Parts: sequence; structure tokens; C-alpha cells
Amino acid sequence: MKNRPLIFELGKKGRRAYSLPQCDVPRRNTKELLGENIIREEGPDLPEVSELDVVRHYTNLSKLNYSVDTQFYPLGSCTMKYNPKINEDVARLDGFTSVHPYQPEDTVQGALELLYAMDGMLSEITGMDRVSLQPAAGAHGELTGLMIIKAYHENRGEGHRHKIIVPDSAHGTNPASAMMVGYDVVEVKSDDRGCVDIDTLRDIVDNNVAGLMLTNPNTLGLFEEHIHEISQIIHDAGGLLYYDGANLNAIMGMARPGDMGFDVVHLNIHKTFSTPHGGGGPGSGPVGVKQDLIPFLPVPMVEKEDNRYYFDYDRPLSIGKVKSFYGNFNVLVKAYAYILSMGAKGLKEASQNAVLNANYLASMLKKYYELPYDRYCMHEFVLSAQPQKEKGVSAMDIAKGLIDYGFHPPTVYFPMIVREALMIEPTETESKETLDRFIEAMIELAKMADEDPDKIKGAPHKAPMKRLDETRAARHPVLKWERDS
Amino acid sequence: MEVREDLKYSKDHEWIKIEGNKIYIGITDYAQDSLGDVVFVELPEVGEEFDAEEAFGVVESVKAASDVYVPISGTVVEVNEELEDMPEKVNEEPYESWFIAMEIEDTSELDSLMDWEAYRKFCEEEA
Repeated sequence: MKNRPLIFELGKKGRRAYSLPQCDVPRRNTKELLGENIIREEGPDLPEVSELDVVRHYTNLSKLNYSVDTQFYPLGSCTMKYNPKINEDVARLDGFTSVHPYQPEDTVQGALELLYAMDGMLSEITGMDRVSLQPAAGAHGELTGLMIIKAYHENRGEGHRHKIIVPDSAHGTNPASAMMVGYDVVEVKSDDRGCVDIDTLRDIVDNNVAGLMLTNPNTLGLFEEHIHEISQIIHDAGGLLYYDGANLNAIMGMARPGDMGFDVVHLNIHKTFSTPHGGGGPGSGPVGVKQDLIPFLPVPMVEKEDNRYYFDYDRPLSIGKVKSFYGNFNVLVKAYAYILSMGAKGLKEASQNAVLNANYLASMLKKYYELPYDRYCMHEFVLSAQPQKEKGVSAMDIAKGLIDYGFHPPTVYFPMIVREALMIEPTETESKETLDRFIEAMIELAKMADEDPDKIKGAPHKAPMKRLDETRAARHPVLKWERDS
Repeated sequence: MEVREDLKYSKDHEWIKIEGNKIYIGITDYAQDSLGDVVFVELPEVGEEFDAEEAFGVVESVKAASDVYVPISGTVVEVNEELEDMPEKVNEEPYESWFIAMEIEDTSELDSLMDWEAYRKFCEEEA
């Protein structure tokens, strides 16, 4: 990192960005004022830099950012769609940014109306009866949903149910969330079409099943065609069906989890509803439920009476609060703007184009890579770099090679049931021209694996940082910077 | 892929070395190769008891985190702490890098394990 010093390594002792004016109040001795025992002996080791040093340092770092606003980002399972700027305009309206969560209800009726309307719209999109907007992101939504399932069983005197069934293709958060709630996780394998193996499922299910968690379409990007049968098997055993909403972008306006038999769903607002991911997020993971589970939703819910909105805390069976105040409100404002600007027809078209784009890529690339489940996919698909691996080039090498073409790598080595997995999700917001450039790059990389494998193994060649030693970083992480000397 | 003739094997790709009432457990060459570079190994404490097919630890690679299972029930009598500081040993010498030693009561439970020929065939079918 010699060429890119830390801010601590810049500057010079005594350098300042600002000169403060002469002190015009009497100086006092801080040790006497505060007591010697709480005064630190050494000054803090802060960077001593000029304003220009600071501006250049952070401007240069910002130029290293990779984002949806700069390049194509086909990171499977993450739905890295474009985040329309109108969402930001709306979220910046004074009426939203200047309200305080402790304000009296009567002074924030507009904000409450938005929450109430979001509950209604998300219920309609998912086929659920009510939605809590409180959870902060996807995994938090899973935890909340499972707590609701647990509370439901316990309230019926069926607290003995301790098993949650999870497919072997599931997101790792599913079993993790189930463990957090205190459930035992039972894995069900996939059949040769990449879906839940129905016979195995029948063998696993008994009176101890609390529920089954399913992503539909699943992480292979394939629609679980036997969802009605799965639903019947679970419900006949007294269990509930949980929908992981990670892949809702494939089915908006076409099919609804509620109609498939799901009892609880969580949504990823930062995926499906076009709000930013990660550091710039934050996320938002609303949880929707069917009628029988409404009493267990977190408090408060927004209700409407005589044309007035209010927070309802009088919910004795509720699992309680899962987040301070009312969830990540401003994220919900952006999603509200998205849903209204798209409209019902627009949301449906978004899903249709997401599915079309994924199928286009899959059909163009399957000649060059292996497509282990060769069916029409939904919004994403999983290739295997197994043919390349046999020549010594791994999925990771292909991923790093894509960086040199200006593309973000796809998700790799997930789902775990596909070896050398490359999980590609283009989303609906990419043009055919962008997809064609990506196809071209992938084909060139496949050829390079044949002809010049060493070149890919050294990729990326053009990125600001060359190939990093991820293994060494994980085995011997350096977690703290220390000044030389 | 190396398979050793003097060891027994589980379907979860653990190898088992039997010394009377004591068994040593590690993961096979096939397992370490599929996992990729191992970066972390989590082991149990001496004295912990496990039922057959229960997870006793975790092996984490750059690709994934996987549970490791005891093939039969028993009590942990030794733990290879070296692996906690040098997880790379699992890649370099999979058959020397035992995870734990267990004392077992019922040696007949071992009969369900595969011998080296059966395990080699098992891996070929999985590939």
C-alpha cells in the first residue's frame, strides 16, 4: 500500500488545516478543572494534515469506488438494480427529513400515512394480510419472522415443535436465523431438477416441525414447481411456511407468496424495491404474515381510525419491538417512491425483464460454461466453471478476470450444491448492449482459460490492486494499524 | 487424490484411525481439496461428549464454512490445538492433521464406516 498511504501516514507534525483565532476567554488548567485522574497522559495520535491533503486523500479514495452508478454489477442473489434518483429526491423532502420520532402523532400524520400505505402495498404484492416495517434488513426480517412462528406455536400449546426445515440450496442466513431462535435445523436435499426433493421432505416431516424456510425462485434461480405440494405437506403436519424474499424480484405482479401457501414472508427493500445496499443503505426487511399470525407482529403497528393514523401498542400477543422506533423510515420512503413511480404494471414489467435478461445471458453462456440445471431460469442462474477448473482455472479466477473488463464479479461458490459456482443476476435495469458486452467478456475469459490460463490466474491486471492473497488475509488478519517506530 | 489403506472413512469425508478404543478423526484429501484453502478450524474441548453423526467442530475455508462430524458416539480425549494456529496443515497434510481423538465404547459402531476402496468409489461417484 506504499502508493496509497493512510491518512495517518500523510502530513507532518504540527501541520494544521485551520488556524483558530486567539482565545478570548481566560485559560483554565484542565487538570484542576476536571481532576487529574481522568486526563490522558499522551495526546491522541491524530493525523496532522492540511485541508488539501484531506480533500485529495478522500477524493482519490472515492475514485476507487465501484457501484451500480458506475458499472454493471451482476452479483447473484443481491439484486443490484439501479436505484432511481427520484427516490432520493422524495426522501430528502423536508417533511420527511425534519420529523422526529418523538413528535406527537397528530403532527406526523403524513409519515404515518406512508407507513400505513406501505403496509397495504407490500401486503398486496406478497399476498399477505399485514406487514410490519420494523426489521432493519433481510436477516433481521428472518429472525423476526421465525420469532413470530415460534410465538404462534407456543400460543397454541405446541411449543414442542423444534424443527425448521431448510433446503441445501438455501441462503446461509436461513439456518443461522433458525438457530438464533433456538430451533434445530434439518436440511432437505435438492432433486436433480434443482428443487426440493419431495420424497425426502415427506420422510423428514413429523409433528415436531415448526416450519420450512424456502426461497422461491430458489438460489439456483429456479421456480419451485411443487410449491403447492410442499405447502400441503408442511401444513398437514401443523407447520408453517416461511418465504425468504431475497428473490422476489423474479415474480412481482406475476405470482404471490401468499397464494403459494406461505404464512410468513420477509422482503429485502434494498433488493427488490430499489433502495441502496450496504454502507450507503441501510437495508430494510419488512415481514408480512397471514391473518392468524397478525397478533404476533412487532409493536407498534400503524392503524387508521376516523381518518386519523395512530401507533397501536395494545397488542398483548406481540413478540415486542425488534428495532428502535419504526424501522429504517427513510429507506421505506424511497421504496414508496419506487412503487408509486413504477405502478402495478411497471413492477410486473420489472420482473418480466429481470427474468428475460437472465435467460438471455444463460442461453448465450451455456455453450462456454456448464449450466448444471439446464432449464428456463427466473431472475438469475448458476453456471459452473467446472470445465475451466479441469484446465486449472477456477470460478474465482473467472470472477477476478471480469474485473479487468470493468464488470463486478458475480457471486461465486454459492449455492454450495454447484461446484465452481458462478451465480449471475443481471436485473431488469441493464440494456441489451451492456449484457452483450458482458457476454463477450465471459466468452473471452472461457477462451483464455483454454489458451492462456496463467493470464487469468494473475487477474486482475488493470485494477488499482492486483490479486489479493485472501487466504493469508483470513489466516493471519492484520486488524490494527500501528505507526512504525 | 490420496486415500490411505489403513484408515476408515465416513460419507461426510472424515477419515478415522482406529487404535483400540480410541479413534483419531480428520478430514480427507478429497475434502480439503473441495474446500480450498482452510483458514480456520474450530475444535471442541477435551471431555465433551458427542452422539454419532453430531457436529463436533467447524472447518472454514475461503469458500465456505462446514461442520465436521463424529462418525460414532464417544468422548473427546485429545484436541489438536496446532490446527487453531496453523489451519494450513489441513491442506498440506490432511492425513497427519487429526482434529480430535475420542474414546469410544462400542467398537461395533465402526463397522458402518467405509474402507479405502469403498471410499474411493464413493468419491468417484460424487465427482
